[in-house]
Amino acid sequence: MTDATKQRLAPWIATAALFLVWELACRVFGVPEFILPTPSASFAALFEFFDAVMFNASFTLWVTLVGFAIAVVFGLALGVLVGASALTYAALYPILIGFNAIPKVAIVPILVIWFGIGAVPAILTAFLISFFPIVVNVATGIATLEPELKDVLRSLGARPMDILLKVGLPRSMPYFFASLKVAVTLAFVGSIISETIAGNRGIGYLMMQASSSFRVPLVFAGLIVVAVMGVGMYAVFAYIERRMTGWAFRGQA
Amino acid sequence: MSFIGIEDVSLRYGGADGTLAVQDCTLAIERGEFVALVGPSGCGKSTLLKMVSGLELPSAGSVYLDGHEVAGPQHGIGIAFQNATLLPWRTTLDNVLLPLEVSREYRASFRRNRAEHVERARGLLRTVGLDEFREHAPYQLSGGMQQRANLCRALIHEPDLLLLDEPFAALDAFTREELWGVLQQLFMDRRFTVILVTHDLRESVYLADTVHVVSKRPGRIVKSRRIELPRPRTLEMTFEPGFVDIVHELRDAISEIRAS
Repeated sequence: MTDATKQRLAPWIATAALFLVWELACRVFGVPEFILPTPSASFAALFEFFDAVMFNASFTLWVTLVGFAIAVVFGLALGVLVGASALTYAALYPILIGFNAIPKVAIVPILVIWFGIGAVPAILTAFLISFFPIVVNVATGIATLEPELKDVLRSLGARPMDILLKVGLPRSMPYFFASLKVAVTLAFVGSIISETIAGNRGIGYLMMQASSSFRVPLVFAGLIVVAVMGVGMYAVFAYIERRMTGWAFRGQA
Repeated sequence: MSFIGIEDVSLRYGGADGTLAVQDCTLAIERGEFVALVGPSGCGKSTLLKMVSGLELPSAGSVYLDGHEVAGPQHGIGIAFQNATLLPWRTTLDNVLLPLEVSREYRASFRRNRAEHVERARGLLRTVGLDEFREHAPYQLSGGMQQRANLCRALIHEPDLLLLDEPFAALDAFTREELWGVLQQLFMDRRFTVILVTHDLRESVYLADTVHVVSKRPGRIVKSRRIELPRPRTLEMTFEPGFVDIVHELRDAISEIRAS
């Protein structure tokens, strides 16, 4: 087996091993199903309620991606604004940090008061939780421009906008795409928090309903589906990152 | 009047209590002259360079460039630093073309005259032996090749003035000596004015018409030495007594500064 094949197989084997250990531990120690169901019971629940799970999962995916899309646009714009000027950096950074420190769980009830129960609070929570890493990364990429390069461009008569468009933005793209991978998984956390607290649809709502009727295997089925969606979206953005900023990976690509 | 006039210039960084980087410095540079500034590290050589380009403004005194007082960043100067800072997402050729995309003189007509500009860039790359690497990414080039491309980028807009801040300091000795030859060739072909900041005395004597020795901080010119050796100068010349004597003379001047 070549090293490349080993690399490709390693994540699948590790995941299978995790499920195996989980299954064995539950059986050996006789853990009751309402405490920790086995993976096989969880998958059985997944197939038993397949239609309901898929209906709610696709709703969650849609809500997450809408919130994430808003976060990308807003995060990119704010990141450019914060990164391009030392003054906006000084002014906005403490607010951003403070805002990021607020638990988003605490915001959901407020969003429900404003917008009612449904998709809007979930979209907004996904957005609020995922824009921060995008802002920070884009701002870092722009603000860490080499001073020598800036001097070279300024002595040509380049305007600040030229420096931003020709150098600052392209330079921040690897940071931007790296942040998307993190942000999209955070967006799932946001939308599911919202659905769990105040939803009438979505995988978070499904898990709440299942746990209140002690269908613990179904709760775990929901968790597995969320994890799979998270890994899937991560892979999509990792692929886009490689395609868009191959130059940053040099020989490894 | 000289092409560049530095008159009683002082510069203090960081307000009234800050570090005095340059004090009462006076220097005149003629058009088409190759000047080297040498001196102990941290002596304000780079600061002088920045004041000529207008990237820093003096706290006292004046800098004149081509008859005008320098009051802000000047346009159309070529600058190259020790770090080549090529943009990793552009090919070598596109890196060399960057100045034409942003400089005031060329930006409006860049797209229209692109073919002509590419031809000019390739001409420069050919001179420094990089034409066949024009489609390579910067990380595929060696340090010496990156620095050659950096020189091309500094010269593509045909500036009258080229400012070089220790451009060869990070290179190995053989590559460095090779690039002295490349730079001398470009200088002889095009006759722009050059200010080279370096702490390599052989480099300064090989390349410059005049070597100015800068004192330790705060920097002032303490010695100016004309180098009358004929061009093109060769590496063999650097081992001849006449050349070695000049290097020793400069070395003594710097030793005196360091001891004082």
